[in-house]
Amino acid sequence: MDFIRYLDPTVQFMLFSAVKIVLVFAVAMTGVAYAVLVERKVSAWIQDRVGPNRAAPFFVHYLPVVGPFLTKLGIFQPMADGLKFILKEDFTPSYVRKIYFWIAPAISCVPALMTLAVIPFGSTLGNANNPMVIADLNVGILYTFGIVSLGVYGIVLAGYASNSKYPFLGGIRSSAQMISYEIAMGMSVVSVFLVVGDLNLSKVVAYQSGGIHEWLIFKQPLAFFIFLVSAFAETNRLPFDLPESETELVGGYHTEYSSMKFALFFLGEYAAMIGASAMMVTLFLGGWTPIWGGAPASSLLVGLSHIVWFLAKLGFFMVLFIWVRWMLPRFRYDQLMNLGWRRFIPLALVNIIITAGLIALTHK
Amino acid sequence: MPTLPDLLFYALAGFTLLFGFLCVANPFSRNPVTSAMFLVLTIISMAGLFVLLQAFFLAAVQVLVYAGAVMVLFLFVIMLLDIKEEERRRLNKAALGIGGVAVLAIAGLLVRALVQATPLASAAGQRAEGSTKPLGRLLFTEYLLPFEILSVLLLVAMVGVILLSKKEMK
Repeated sequence: MDFIRYLDPTVQFMLFSAVKIVLVFAVAMTGVAYAVLVERKVSAWIQDRVGPNRAAPFFVHYLPVVGPFLTKLGIFQPMADGLKFILKEDFTPSYVRKIYFWIAPAISCVPALMTLAVIPFGSTLGNANNPMVIADLNVGILYTFGIVSLGVYGIVLAGYASNSKYPFLGGIRSSAQMISYEIAMGMSVVSVFLVVGDLNLSKVVAYQSGGIHEWLIFKQPLAFFIFLVSAFAETNRLPFDLPESETELVGGYHTEYSSMKFALFFLGEYAAMIGASAMMVTLFLGGWTPIWGGAPASSLLVGLSHIVWFLAKLGFFMVLFIWVRWMLPRFRYDQLMNLGWRRFIPLALVNIIITAGLIALTHK
Repeated sequence: MPTLPDLLFYALAGFTLLFGFLCVANPFSRNPVTSAMFLVLTIISMAGLFVLLQAFFLAAVQVLVYAGAVMVLFLFVIMLLDIKEEERRRLNKAALGIGGVAVLAIAGLLVRALVQATPLASAAGQRAEGSTKPLGRLLFTEYLLPFEILSVLLLVAMVGVILLSKKEMK
């Protein structure tokens, strides 16, 4: 690996960035696959069932103890699911608008993955010139909001392209829902940035380093709560999954989709959950900082431990997303709109004013 | 030899013009949803131009506000309307002519301004670059009055909308 040191800094930067992009993409994809498994297992436990416990490749049979245990946990289920999605017939109904029908799944899953680019998922791996973030943007948070706001097109266009009743209703619902919750979400983080004084996500993490008492969840609990609930609405998760709402809209916006196109919507939803969880970890739970200390790593091992901390916090939010889905009933549409516009936006505004006032009083 | 930013500039400018043209006068489809989607692409290409100018804040806000919110509402309204009539209507020649004249007039003004302008190098310190701090400072000191007037304008529009939609409740 010595040859890297003799490379041009630009080439070095490009090489490191490419490696980071590939790794983040791989981890996110694996995360999506296993989030689906966790979803199925947790839902099974909550409903007193066993969940997926059969799928296994043939050689597992010969492993003693470990083999049956892994099979029971359903470790091999995601691979079987993925294979099934690829091999199923990709059926395009004759009445759909073809072009939009084809690009909608892609549009719904690309923005969800792009948000991960600005998340600092670790400090360094020993070399201070190579921070563990793909793009250390000065306007990091605005980039995320901009990209996330494009994700709604996937769902709206899917509803429009399907050219039938239920998907259309799903698409219409989602366009109104996502816009209203984006406002509450954006306003809730304004107070966070008033406290930190910078839009750069690495600076936000640096502000929170030094231990659990520095985390912004304790300084801005209201902002955290609004952001958390808005994140559920943004990712179309229960109790706000009205665009999908299988009891009234069949399958919502993806009713007409099958095979890999449907899988892309699925993937987009879970990738959006990972993105939202990563944002919450970065903004409110101190990012990669451990619950004590939090100086940037000076050795490879400490650097890796920071990444593990980040992934652990991320996992906590993913389980929360899944747990809430199976515990709460769905909101009605007017309740959803009321909550967004008449509760959260005023609350977020009050939070901004109070935070700004406190800062003005104490900051001399 | 052109550098990478130059190439990107020409590519993005070309995309902006192309998508803008397809938005207003698409020869292949008269579907309003298609027009709206091309407008989204135009906005995103323009955001790319802002990035090339190091104005990251403007680029992000452009995507966030116009592509992510305003255009979604446009799409929402278009999808709720009956758009079959619009699809059948042919390209309006008179409107095209008037539009062409307007474009030429604005282009003429821009060219004149470019010819008369002094090189921009001296004004480098004045640009509200990437960081949001200089931009905020300028907005709340030098441009405070226009900024406040604009916000009053938005407030008026908001009150107007509420008035219009509450009409039936006497």
